[in-house]
Amino acid sequence: MDVTLQLWIDAALTLMILSFLYRDNPFYKFAEHLFVGVSAAYLMAIGFWDHLVPNLLGKLFPSLMSGVVPGAVGRSPDYYYIIPAVFGLLLLTRLVDRWAWLSRWALAFIVGGSAGFNLPRFLDSDFIIQVQSTMIPLVVLDQSGNLLWGASFSHIVLVLGVICGLVYFFFSVEHKGVLGQVSRVGIWVLMVTFGAAFGYTVMARISLLTGRMEALGAWLATIF
Amino acid sequence: MRRRIPLIITFIIGVVLVTGYFVTRGPFNTLYESFSDYFAIITVFAFILGGGSLLKIHLKRVSNRSTDWPYSLVTLAGFAITLVIGLFKVGNPAGMGGEILAGGSWLRFVFDGVYNPLSATMFSLLAFFVASASYRAFRARTKEATILLSAAMVILLGRTPVGAWLTAWMPESLGFLELPNLANWIMAWPNTAGQRAIMIGIALGVIATSLRIILGIERNYLGRGE
Repeated sequence: MDVTLQLWIDAALTLMILSFLYRDNPFYKFAEHLFVGVSAAYLMAIGFWDHLVPNLLGKLFPSLMSGVVPGAVGRSPDYYYIIPAVFGLLLLTRLVDRWAWLSRWALAFIVGGSAGFNLPRFLDSDFIIQVQSTMIPLVVLDQSGNLLWGASFSHIVLVLGVICGLVYFFFSVEHKGVLGQVSRVGIWVLMVTFGAAFGYTVMARISLLTGRMEALGAWLATIF
Repeated sequence: MRRRIPLIITFIIGVVLVTGYFVTRGPFNTLYESFSDYFAIITVFAFILGGGSLLKIHLKRVSNRSTDWPYSLVTLAGFAITLVIGLFKVGNPAGMGGEILAGGSWLRFVFDGVYNPLSATMFSLLAFFVASASYRAFRARTKEATILLSAAMVILLGRTPVGAWLTAWMPESLGFLELPNLANWIMAWPNTAGQRAIMIGIALGVIATSLRIILGIERNYLGRGE
């Protein structure tokens, strides 16, 4: 479709959203509501063609889908895939009040699946590996046996930082006395982490804003 | 039946997936792979459910003539047009067999001309709100807010050419205090320490909650009543 038309729509929608900086107004509300509708339909269409067609319809009706799913040519139907199809349809019963309770069966599959996937995965990658990576030497020496002050200091910061951070999350005991002091250091460590995340978020948002300004510049260049 | 069957389904799926992770042979492995596929498919239906709920809510707002109902028409129109374009691959040069976001297709036009600018501008708005939030945090004058904003400033300046320019005059012996080096050190050590503490805490929470769900102790997802 026409590139100039696309530039004009792009610029108009950008200005409508940016108008919110002045105050809430009908142009912003228009763009906001359009965004909700378009993004929901866009994600549905992508989900349909990228997942549902090749992984479900292509397996249940290979001959019918052979023109759309390349791997389906000459394959026989896999009727086991009726199971996810039924559960998927049961999930949609949530839209009908009378039958909404049936959607719990599909929801149970999703919740049970999430729990079953997450339990071993988090145990492995987010618990065991993280604890293992924190078990590092506090005193770092070079090959000649000399103390490396900088590296040792960094290792101590890491190990103590993790311990203090974990103490802060330990709510079974009241944070008083020594535990309270350690927990306070834990808060400072967490604040540094949040500060770093905050800094990166600001950078990412400013980079997006720069991109939008460039788009507006390209639009203005088509006018003048 | 309305509560017991979902609990049985959750238990079976959870046990099979946990066992399949550790037992990589025999029926558990086959079931693990099948359930992984089924899980991905059912999750896509959740998108359809989301679209259906969106339609239901906005149609209700239009029919009741609720406050700001004309904007609901905008949502419905945007939803319907994009869905038809996406599902029927309207304007796709390769027809129904082509890539969904193929160049020249109408959905590509919607993505580049509508979805992308709207999402990018919406998120870029946060740059302004983040600036005002940091100003308010500075005014709070607490030790924690100062640490947070100092770390943020060092990262922001250290990751841009301005940071290197500001501290370029420092002697070599104090090189570790140059903003880019300081930012790298914060990212590598204190930041990692905080992130690790959070990750371990989250992992323990997820493991405990998953166990409660699989064993049927946690039932909030079933909602109230029969």
